[in-house]
Order: sequence, then structure tokens, then C-alpha cells
Amino acid sequence: MKKLKYALFTGCTAKQSTPEQMMSTLAVARKLNIELIELTEASCCGASHLQDYDDFLSLVLNARNIAYAEKHGLTMVTICNTCQLNTAMTKHRLDKNPELKAKVNEKLAEVGLEYKGTSNVIHFLYAIIDDFGLDKIKEMVVKPLSQFNIAPFYGCHNIRPSELHDESHKQKENPYKPTSLDDLIIACGGKNVDYEEKNKCCGFHVELQAPHTAAVLTGTAIAGATDNNADMMVTPCPLCHLKLDTQTKSASEAIGREVSLPVLHMQQMVGLALGCTPAELGLQHHVTDVNFI
Amino acid sequence: MSAEKITTQKVNFKVFRFNADEDYLPYYENYTLDVTSEDVVLDVLNKIKWEHDGSFSYRRSCRHGICGACAIKVNGRSTLACKESMTTMIEYFGNDITLEPLSTKRAVKDMIIDKGDFWEKHAAVTPYLVADIDECPSCENLVSPHDAEELNEADLCIQCGACHYACPVVEINSDFFGPAAFAAAYRFEADVRDNDGDRLINVNEEKQGVWDCVKCFECAEVCPKEINPIEKITKLHQMAFKRGVAKNNVATRHAVGFLHSIKKHGVLDEGGLVLYSEGAHIVKHIPVALQMFRKGKIVMPWNMPKSDNLDEIQKLIKSSSTVKF
Ligand code: SF4
Ligand code: SF4
Ligand code: FES
Repeated sequence: MKKLKYALFTGCTAKQSTPEQMMSTLAVARKLNIELIELTEASCCGASHLQDYDDFLSLVLNARNIAYAEKHGLTMVTICNTCQLNTAMTKHRLDKNPELKAKVNEKLAEVGLEYKGTSNVIHFLYAIIDDFGLDKIKEMVVKPLSQFNIAPFYGCHNIRPSELHDESHKQKENPYKPTSLDDLIIACGGKNVDYEEKNKCCGFHVELQAPHTAAVLTGTAIAGATDNNADMMVTPCPLCHLKLDTQTKSASEAIGREVSLPVLHMQQMVGLALGCTPAELGLQHHVTDVNFI
Repeated sequence: MSAEKITTQKVNFKVFRFNADEDYLPYYENYTLDVTSEDVVLDVLNKIKWEHDGSFSYRRSCRHGICGACAIKVNGRSTLACKESMTTMIEYFGNDITLEPLSTKRAVKDMIIDKGDFWEKHAAVTPYLVADIDECPSCENLVSPHDAEELNEADLCIQCGACHYACPVVEINSDFFGPAAFAAAYRFEADVRDNDGDRLINVNEEKQGVWDCVKCFECAEVCPKEINPIEKITKLHQMAFKRGVAKNNVATRHAVGFLHSIKKHGVLDEGGLVLYSEGAHIVKHIPVALQMFRKGKIVMPWNMPKSDNLDEIQKLIKSSSTVKF
């Protein structure tokens, strides 16, 4: 197989509150012989909030990020569901609307850039599944996670709106019965846990303005996984991870029940199965201890 | 009609049953039915009623996807029974299909729910045109095609309630207006003839308003009319800033905070954003922040990463900003 090569949009949390996500992304890429060119020029995607304030500015900034991936002639890979949504949504809107694209490009021209629409934007989860292939992962597993019941937590912005995501995926994901993360768990030798909250919201985006709503959603998700015998959860989204890993106290208070489960980033799970060390994957950075290793 | 041959297959249905007048608890009844490739979900409901149990109850009227009466949940996914093809549902979920009302806790009889909260919230957003129009105008109040486009098809909502009962916030915060009410509010706010000054303020209030939306996109996914309510919610946010009615509170500062951070670093300064949004209330985040700090999850201000070519980003912010707060 030709060596896979992508432009990596790290997003902001990978460099701040979830350093383990950056570490495990790079560790897994090394194991899979995937080359990642980091887009060090990229700005924040606005995390689905900037556009509430200034939609046009949000489009311009996201188009600039994609323009850098295009300069490399590479598909852009994201490692955060919300980065994926914002970037892919920008691409969708500009590709569908030549007038808007021209307006955005007028601004980008001021800094010598152009958005062409030539680079696809996909989340690393789907790069692994669609491009690398689950069968190959399966063959490479040296430490199968066979003793573990693992609850997938998909995160809204990777599965909804499905119409948008279908544009960048090779295999369609059913937002009401998603399978990608389940399949990845199985490929890593683990047992996938089915539970009602796996495709629901963690509440991250209203944590400041509606803390009770956010906490109930987090608590309900962890409780759902726990009640279905999960030993741990796994998610492709660092924002979900932050919520599920660091906010268990408020979540427990909100639902009136003590809940807490170790939560892995999707990359950490793959890394463990491929034989990476816990330290390489940054497990020491979790607030809820990952004590099963 | 399609030239394709009509095929039939057996499907197992698990159907929610409840009669608020007689039953203490709801239960599920199982039916195995022949389903043809031409059937919609409503045909299945009819088959159950006509061939198995005449007391089985559900709402329907137009059978053309325009009255909004027949919305139910199929395997957890809200849909219009008269519009949704069974073939698609089988493709989606296989041959084991669960039929439930939009909200089981609001069930009155089988698929029929009490939609009272939905209508209350709909009424609360002034869902009609408020305009000073001459009683005997010399010509019609024309709306140009360009202005009409501003509605973004929000006027096509049929009030089926699918989005409202798919919205997680509606279930947690009983004050929250919900996606359909917001779409209705947008429909009139975007109308050039409307001059109601209070609606936008009302839907921007804390607790009930647009700022409590968790951005889960359940409403966009579910809407059978492709109204995309979250898109309308986003536009209501933007309108509040543009028309200068956005209050200075944690929610609005949270949105604006991104701009400040990007201007300074290119990337988001997570700690800075929380401080800017919360002000003095930041103290409540200290216990979690300390835990995170111990695990190497907090970057100190002097170590904040910056985007390369930050000058480009700053230049673009200057030239492309369209709003002031
Ligand atoms: S996006 Fe907002 S309004 Fe729509 S379902 Fe989610 S929380 Fe509700
Ligand atoms: S927005 Fe769509 S889902 Fe919501 S009530 Fe209107 S038609 Fe139904
Ligand atoms: S019966 Fe009217 S919308 Fe289905």
C-alpha cells in the first residue's frame, strides 16, 4: 500500500488541555506508518461558537486553514469532532456557493492565499477506517484488548448532520446506529458495549452558560455505559473526553449518583492494542485514572 | 410508479402500547407483519389497527407530509409516519423495528402524546407577523424574492414536533423553548415586514433562550422538512449581535471570547476564554482546574502556543470582521 500522508489540523485542545491526544495521535501514526504534516499556521476553528458572533469571519478563518492543506496537496485530517464539523461545514458552504467562495477568496487574497476546494477534510477515525482499513489494523494488533468491555461514545459533531459527513466519508455512518467506533473496538480485540447514550451529546458546548444541562448529559452518558457493564469508554473527540474525564464530580451531583469511568481517546485505544506504552499515549494526563493497565 | 417489482418481507415490530386511562405502566406488543417495498410507516400502523387491534391509536390526517400529525419514533429516530418509507427503515435498522411515540413520557394512548408543552412554547415566541400595516393599503406589501430567501425555508415547518422531542435540552431544562419554537421565531424575525421588538430579546434570554442549545444537531438530523433548526438558532445568535440586543453575559462573552483569543494567539487560549466569559465567577472552576493542572492539562499564559503567520490571521480579522460587540 502507498504510504498514507495527510495534513494534520491539531485543533487547540491537543496543545493545551488534552496533550495526551496529541501524543497518542503521533504514536499511532508512527505505528501505522502514516505521515502527518502538521498545519502549524492554522488558527482555531471557532469551535462552533465564533460563528454565532461573526459568521463571515469564521468562514474566512476556516477557509484559510483548509487553504494551507491545499498548498500541501493533501487531505486534511482533524482529531476533534468539532474541528471536523466546522471545517467540513465551511468547505461544504464554499463549494456549494461560488459567490460566497469568491467573497472569502477576496479576503484570503490579501494574505496571498486562495481556497480552491481541492482538499477533502476527514476525521482521523475515518482516515483509519476508510483509508488504512480495519482488517490491516486487526492484523497488526499485538495486545488485543480482549478482557475489556468498551463503550463507544461517538460525539455529535462526527455523526450529525449526516448529510454533511456523508460527503467526506467513503462508508456512510447511520447517526442513529453508528458503527465505526464499534468496529474499531472489535478490531482492537475489545468487546463493544451497546448503550442508549452512545450517539448522544456530552453537553460540552454549554458547560459555561448552562452547567446543569451539561452536567446531566455527561452524567447520563457515563451512567448508561456503566449500567451496560463497560470497563471504560472511548471517544474520537477531545471535547467529549474533557467532559467525561474531568467533570465527573459535577456530573455525579447533577444526576444524583456517583459515576466515573476511565475514558480513552480513540487513538489511545488503538495505540494500546498496537503495543504502544501507556506513557507514550499520555495516559498519565487523565484526571480519571486509567487503572486497568 | 416505479418499474421495479414490488417485494414483500417479514418484519418484527415491537410496538409501544399505553392507555393513560387504564394502564399503570406502558408495555410493548410484538407483531410480525408482511411489509412491501411500497409501504410507508403509516401503512404499518394501519395494518396493526385494521388487522390486529382496532384500539391501537395514532394521529394522522393528510397522509402527504403536510399536517405534521403523524410524527413518531422508529428505532429512536423521529420521523413522519406517512412520509417514511419502510424500505429505508429496514436498510437503516434491519428487520427488528421498534415503534414508539415521539415522547414516551408524554404518551396518552399508544402513539398519541400530549403535545401541550410544544404548543405552549410555540405560542411564547410570538409566532406571527407583527407589523403596522395600513388597513386599506393602496398596493400589496411586497416582499422581494431576495428578502423572501432570508427566511431560509423556516416557513415550511409543519409543527410536527419531531425536533422538539429529539432535543436533549427540552428534556432537561423545562424552560427551554426548543428547536421548533426557535425556527418559528426566526421565521418572523427574518421577515422584512415584521417590526416586533421583543421577540428577539425573548429568545435570547438566559434559561429559555437560544444560548442553552448544546449544538448536538439532533434537530437538524431529524427534521422531515429539512428546516435545519440549529441553523436558525445560529442566525438568531447572529441577529442578536447585529441588532445590538445581545446582553453582556457569560454566553455572549463565550462567543466573543473566541475572537479575542484568535486575535492574540491564532489558537484558542482555553484558560483565557473561561476567564473572559466567567469574570469573577471563574472561582467555581478552580477545583477542576487544579486537578487538571496536576495532570499537565493546563498551559500557563507564558507558554501559550501561537499559530505561525499570526500576522495573516490578524490582518484577516481586521478586514473580514462584520460585527461589533
Ligand atoms: S442542536 Fe440545539 S436545539 Fe437542536 S436538538 Fe440539539 S440542543 Fe436542541
Ligand atoms: S422544524 Fe422540522 S422537525 Fe421541527 S417541528 Fe418543524 S417540521 Fe417538525
Ligand atoms: S399524516 Fe399529515 S404529515 Fe403525516
